[in-house]
Amino acid sequence: MSGKDRLPIFPSRGAQMLMKARLAGAQKGHGLLKKKADALQMRFRMILGKIIETKTLMGDVMKEAAFSLAEAKFTSGDINQVVLQNVTKAQIKIRTKKDNVAGVTLPVFESYTDGADTYELAGLARGGQQLAKLKKNYQSAVKLLVELASLQTSFVTLDEVIKITNRRVNAIEHVIIPRIDRTLAYIISELDELEREEFYRLKKIQDKKREARIKADAKKAELLQQGIDVRQQANILDEGDDDVLF
Amino acid sequence: MSLDSEELGSLFAVIGDEDTCVGFLLGGIGEVNEDREANFMVVEKDTTPDQIEACFKKFLNRPDIAIILINQVYADMIRPTVDAHNLEIPTVLEIPSKQYQYDAAKDSILKRAQSVFNPPERRY
Repeated sequence: MSGKDRLPIFPSRGAQMLMKARLAGAQKGHGLLKKKADALQMRFRMILGKIIETKTLMGDVMKEAAFSLAEAKFTSGDINQVVLQNVTKAQIKIRTKKDNVAGVTLPVFESYTDGADTYELAGLARGGQQLAKLKKNYQSAVKLLVELASLQTSFVTLDEVIKITNRRVNAIEHVIIPRIDRTLAYIISELDELEREEFYRLKKIQDKKREARIKADAKKAELLQQGIDVRQQANILDEGDDDVLF
Repeated sequence: MSLDSEELGSLFAVIGDEDTCVGFLLGGIGEVNEDREANFMVVEKDTTPDQIEACFKKFLNRPDIAIILINQVYADMIRPTVDAHNLEIPTVLEIPSKQYQYDAAKDSILKRAQSVFNPPERRY
């Protein structure tokens, strides 16, 4: 990035004011985005901890569920085909809600029970107790998985949003603000240059005037020596009377 | 996610061995729709990774499915597809199966989580 990378703008007072306002805006935006990134980051870390916790918990729950399946099979024989063939409508369904963190919507899953149990009569002959336990275990596993799914979705969403926010923060900090700074510096240097030129010009004019006056005085003195007094002579432009006010 | 699926409630989908599927079906998540399409897939011994992948993609494209459960063994078979899926919905959850121990290091989400804590070396 060279020092010449600045906004194409004409160096004037107005532009300077504009740039100053933009700089203030950029700094404000930078601060706000940074706060947002921090808030998201905090949430993100929290979710991350929970995910790892829930994943390990899930291992245990699934193990227990699988074990109760083995128990149920032991008592009621092979029920796999019966179960697989008799699927109709889902009893447990998922509802999606939205959660808002610093302007980012995170989907939150929620399971709810709806409709009758398809396998109400399964295990009626034998092993009913084991089957009931099995169902309960798997239902709790499903609840845990729903929770885990919410966390995981939030994780993915937040990961993406944090990346975007950080990118913006960095862009403002390292590209936009320096560019405005450079533009301001350029405007100031140009304005200084103009001022110096103006100053020099004024000095030059003063010099010229003084020279002209000295010349005129010398001429008058010369004429006076020759006996012509021009000091009292009226200027034809000067009418001699005071300004009349009506 | 379409509006009506939100009203109706979304479904789970399961890709797993017979026991996993049976367990979750007894838990009450199984559904077969009008076209006789089930929301679960039983992976047999002779099921090929291609079939798993096709089914996984089918579940990804179904609007009424919000969470996909897949046994980690089978997720490993189609790892590139699982890793490439980075949309929020449906969420892919890798679950342990009966025969195989759950390996947290392979989980695609946990892999990302790890990379947050210790970011990979940057190569220029």
